Amino acid sequence: MSMVLDVFVGNTTIMDMDIYQLWLDGLTVREAVKARMDQGALLECEANAEVLMSDTMDQFRTFQLCERLLHSPTKLANQLLFQIPSQHQRMLIEKYYEFDSVFAREVLGKKLSKGTKKDLDDISSKTGITLKSCRRQFDNFKRVFKVVEDLKGPLVENIQHHFLLTDTQARDYAAIVFFANSRFETGKRKLQYLSFQDFAYCASQLIQYWTTGAVGELHLYSMVEDMDVDLEKEFLHELKDLKVLVNDKNMLDQHKVLVCAALRGKIKVYRLMEANFKNLSRALINLASKLTHTKDVRDLFIDLVEKVIEPCRCDRWTLGEVTLFLTQYTNAAHGLGTFSRQVVWDRYMGVIRSCILRMYHE
Amino acid sequence: MPGKLKAKIVAGRHLPVMDRASDLTDAFVEVKFGNTTFKTDVFPKSLNPQWNSEWFKFEVDDEDLQDEPLQITVLDHDTYSANDAIGKVYIDIDPLLCSEAATRICGWFPIYDTIHGIRGEINVLVKVDLFNDLNSFRQSSCGVKFFCTTSIPRCYRAALVHGFVEELVVNEDPEYQWIDRIRTPRASNEARQRLISLMSGELQRKIGLKVLEMGGNAVVGYLQCFDLEGESGLVVRAIGTACTLDKLTPGTAPNTNTHSNTAPASNACNSPSKDSKESPLAHGCRSTHNSPVRSACSSQRLSHSQNFSVSVPTLVFTGMGSGGSAGKEAGPLKTLLRQHTQSALEQREFPFFTLTCFPPGFLVHVGGVVSARSVKLLDRIHNPDEPETRDAWWEEIRQEIKSHAKALGCHAVVGYSESTSICEEVCILSASGTAAMLNPRFMREGCLDAGGSDHRLSRQPPLNVVGSERIEGDASSAWFGFEDASPPSCGFCHIPYDEFNMPFPAQLTYCYRCRRQKVPDVLFTTIDLPAEAAVTGKGCLIQARLCRTKKKAQGEVNATAISNLLPFMEYELHTQLMNKLKLRSMNALFGLRIQISVGENMLLGLASATGVYLSALPAPGGIQVAGKTPSDLNYDQHIATMQKRINDTITKNKELYNIHPPESTEELVGSPIPDRQRSRLFRSTSESSDELLELDLSHGKKDAFVLEIDDTDAVEDIQSLLTDAPMPAGFYSCNTEVMPGIYNWTSGLQMFTSVRVYRLSNANLTNQGLNKIFTELCENLLKSLYFKLRSMIPCCLCHVNFTVAVPEEELIQVAVTAVAMSFDKDTQQAADKALNKGSGENEDQLQFSMELCADSTPSNNQPTSKPSGVSESALVPSSSRDRCSTWLELLRLKAHTIRRGSVKTSRRTQSLAHSVSSAERCSPLPEGRSRSLRSTRSMPCGAPVAVVKMTPLSFLPGTRIVKYLGIINMFFIRETTSLREEGGVSGFLHCFIAEVFAMVRAHVAALGGNAVVSYSMKECVFMENPNKNQAQCLINVSGDAVIFVRESEQEATPPLMSSGQISSTGADGTT
Repeated sequence: MSMVLDVFVGNTTIMDMDIYQLWLDGLTVREAVKARMDQGALLECEANAEVLMSDTMDQFRTFQLCERLLHSPTKLANQLLFQIPSQHQRMLIEKYYEFDSVFAREVLGKKLSKGTKKDLDDISSKTGITLKSCRRQFDNFKRVFKVVEDLKGPLVENIQHHFLLTDTQARDYAAIVFFANSRFETGKRKLQYLSFQDFAYCASQLIQYWTTGAVGELHLYSMVEDMDVDLEKEFLHELKDLKVLVNDKNMLDQHKVLVCAALRGKIKVYRLMEANFKNLSRALINLASKLTHTKDVRDLFIDLVEKVIEPCRCDRWTLGEVTLFLTQYTNAAHGLGTFSRQVVWDRYMGVIRSCILRMYHE
Repeated sequence: MPGKLKAKIVAGRHLPVMDRASDLTDAFVEVKFGNTTFKTDVFPKSLNPQWNSEWFKFEVDDEDLQDEPLQITVLDHDTYSANDAIGKVYIDIDPLLCSEAATRICGWFPIYDTIHGIRGEINVLVKVDLFNDLNSFRQSSCGVKFFCTTSIPRCYRAALVHGFVEELVVNEDPEYQWIDRIRTPRASNEARQRLISLMSGELQRKIGLKVLEMGGNAVVGYLQCFDLEGESGLVVRAIGTACTLDKLTPGTAPNTNTHSNTAPASNACNSPSKDSKESPLAHGCRSTHNSPVRSACSSQRLSHSQNFSVSVPTLVFTGMGSGGSAGKEAGPLKTLLRQHTQSALEQREFPFFTLTCFPPGFLVHVGGVVSARSVKLLDRIHNPDEPETRDAWWEEIRQEIKSHAKALGCHAVVGYSESTSICEEVCILSASGTAAMLNPRFMREGCLDAGGSDHRLSRQPPLNVVGSERIEGDASSAWFGFEDASPPSCGFCHIPYDEFNMPFPAQLTYCYRCRRQKVPDVLFTTIDLPAEAAVTGKGCLIQARLCRTKKKAQGEVNATAISNLLPFMEYELHTQLMNKLKLRSMNALFGLRIQISVGENMLLGLASATGVYLSALPAPGGIQVAGKTPSDLNYDQHIATMQKRINDTITKNKELYNIHPPESTEELVGSPIPDRQRSRLFRSTSESSDELLELDLSHGKKDAFVLEIDDTDAVEDIQSLLTDAPMPAGFYSCNTEVMPGIYNWTSGLQMFTSVRVYRLSNANLTNQGLNKIFTELCENLLKSLYFKLRSMIPCCLCHVNFTVAVPEEELIQVAVTAVAMSFDKDTQQAADKALNKGSGENEDQLQFSMELCADSTPSNNQPTSKPSGVSESALVPSSSRDRCSTWLELLRLKAHTIRRGSVKTSRRTQSLAHSVSSAERCSPLPEGRSRSLRSTRSMPCGAPVAVVKMTPLSFLPGTRIVKYLGIINMFFIRETTSLREEGGVSGFLHCFIAEVFAMVRAHVAALGGNAVVSYSMKECVFMENPNKNQAQCLINVSGDAVIFVRESEQEATPPLMSSGQISSTGADGTT
């Protein structure tokens, strides 16, 4: 005797969130049954393996039928096919759009294309996340990217509005979209130590201060296309003017004097700092002046690591010392009487400082 | 031209992409009614079109308004080729034709395609302007209300119950027309859907006409079914109960309400007029149901000889003559009663009622289950397109039912239903119901009360109403005497038939509650548990399952084979039910439904019922296992272990279902004469002796229900008895509306449908093997349900409705629809406690009332007629029908020599008055508590789509139905040619059922409703061809669309009509 057909349909769609997680994790029905048995599901309600199998199959089928709706979460609320309580709807969406940071770290900055999708099995074997789950996460990234790509208005809000995600989730997705759009280099070996959260933080800084939407009078042109996705061109051009800080020898010396005066006795690596000041300053300013080139924008993070973070780490700066240095370095520029690009300088250094500090793992 | 139908197409959303190039759709809509079609403009390049059309107006006869659905088709405009259909919406506008139902239909409907399923949604607005119809020869019956609910709907009161209405229409099945060879599956499916929609409209209209003719204004318990006969046609038939309903206005209720708690005790005997006239035992005693099969079987050939027919009634005696003798024996009032009853009921062709739950006082006595089956050959119908032949078939069966009821001394059949099972050209027609004595007052002017079912929710015992008595005048005053002689909590258990002319052995005792009238030891019924019934402990779902193999055959040979098998199956099912009932220590079955399904090479039988312990009936005896060869030591041990297992199970079940009938009095009044024969003799000569003594004697005997395991069948029985897995902790189940013993429902509610199909891998299975498989299958399904619903614990599965089918050779299909309702454990415990505390007090009250009764009827405690010593052999019916053929003899032989010899039913002594359950009913405290709890829990859902609740029950706990919006009766076909892609058969059916639910919800929401009550899935026909990657499924669902409000939301207005007095005053006002 074999069961040919087995369905259970409730007027209110029953969804077990534990099984949902197993499904999202890309387990097969058989694996999920085993996992549930290991979790002690058999002790519940006098269940046996057959019951568990039937229940799991049924739940998996329900999720599959719902998956289409989850692709456009706003539809889930006004579709008629499944009657799902609203708190369950929220949970379904939230969990569906949850992703593994490890996976996100792997795809970060990559083009969300078919080519990348083909490489997912590598990522799967590398991260231990099932291919199915990788695909879902990748498709989620791509779907969000596609929808918000051409939308006007603030990125995070757009994501939240169209995908009904939580605040944190929306910010993470914004980072992913931002990285995918600008294709920042994150895959180099030297960048491997950085986590997804590190990059997400940097992305949020960049979005907040460097993009078109970041300009003070935001409300005036708040409906500019791609305002949060692309860095503001004008600003990048203006960064070229910062070169004076290293090209003008006087100014460079004066800058150094001011910084050293402020830091003397306050940091242990003072001598090393003093010796390295010109190199560090040059690295930071050169980085700024190059950002008009897309290629150099992509290399922003690798440059920061190679030219600023690594030298400091070699000299065993502590995070506190780096913080102090960058603060003084930024502030000292205001004391340079001949330096007129204060606003651009602050806008640049504010973000760079935050990024470096976040990326500086002692 | 009495009606103007107006429709407006507002918008669409989530439409499918019809143009691959642009990923968009150019949608427009066709609106069709009858032969008139309107079109909207094309809304180009959008998946969310906004048509905002003008009002499309159809000027039509109201006859068409009743028959035709409004048909809305959404299409994709294509400049170069034919426009592609996206899908359709059929809207039944019947609810708009009744002033008391919905006023407009407005909302989002799923756009449905029979091949692709739901494809987006469309927003539609529909209104109807009806003009006054001056034509007296009208063919329409607008305004007649239809209810699927099998009780008087909650916001109405029954002024008059007219009785049975039935109708049947036949048409050629489009699937079998020649044109089907050349048209697409979609066209064929749509033709079928449309035809059935038309036919049900026509059927409803015709039934409505009959109701108007009878002077009624509503049909309650409307049951519509389809018979897909194949080549010979498509039959749509319906039965129902015509009533005159008065709408209750909330204002009438409040003031009389307060009375209800104190009244019942005194009410039981508040009519002084009865005492001298009525002798409680006069209306005869005849037992039914405990004899397994007392069947009349007809194997007759109709004159035109193409019909082969065999009917097999269950559980029921068919001999005649009870009426006459009873009349002679009875006192003058009895005769009067019969006359009244006859005048009220017998002028009707069929005194049948599809209701399962009644206004208090309506049901006087219950006789037992009556049923009839008949096997017919569909390919022998002369004029397949005409309804005459089928009408004659049903007529025959109904006559049979009627005569069975008569044999049980009953003039009416309640809880009546009809069904068919078709396999190729063979069709089994079945009808069943419960023989009963009714209070004819409901059939004439004025009446007691409306919502019989309301009592159930409010848990207040019903009242006999003085008000209507006055109006009734002298004609009915006699009725009160009769009626009031039976206290409401047990009156219906008292036997309506003649004690001394019983057709089969049954053991009668004096009622354990009133001690004045006889009750049988076991009671089987198809109705719901009456609200006023006194029950000990909780109830439980009891199922008997049976599978019988049958040789493949054709035509008459096949029909004969089937009809020969039927009585054996009925008998077996009945035995199983009986055993399982005893195992659970219960003594009555409610909601009994026996389904026999025919396949090519097997017959499936499934009987479901809710077992309860009726306090009025004697305690069931245990089950004793006996072996025939006691010499063998191993064998003895084997028997001993089995016996132990059975005893343990019984003990466990008593604990589980909280069945603790007070047994202490047994010792006090213990029988000094243990011998059964002597007790009988004694009783028979004890006319003058003290009543109490006699009562004790009658149940002093302790017979065991013996199963002999040498009998292979019995081994099987025991096996099946013990393989029934107990329900997991926290679960209860029943197939009736509510579970006795549970009141504090929360708003947690989950209606579900589960379908399973099994393939029997081994073709050469024996009956036993098949039985085992079938039983396992049902058990596993139940287990899965429990597991699935575990988050709702503590909960009760109510109205569990199993349907079985044999869709193909070696396939068994089981479908279950039920509702899981969670209840509050804490308040339940509190209730139990309060109950225990309060029971003593209540007992006093009850005993007091009984004393009153005894005082008022001092002379009537003894049977008036002279009982003679009744032995079992004397009870074998002398008159069996002449049509009895040899196989019946054989059956009887089996029943008596094999079984009867070894099966004895025993009883235990019980205390006089155990009022546990009545106290349970009276305690309003826990209920109030749970209600307030409910109110805090019920949270409005913020989702844009309004939540629509669905339930097979006639009510939603913690709520009040304020308006019935009309009947929902929908038929859908779904077909696929890409079965694998849709997730195989399970994926396909899962999606389809979800779609059906969605469409029902959408229609209810569009009517302005927020729930469907009395929902049922009448038909689920599933066919597959995996090799061709195809599958097809037909589903028919029905229910009543309603608006409910939470009780917490309307606390300002006191709960409505919880007592009989309220509506009686209403009656006063109206008459």
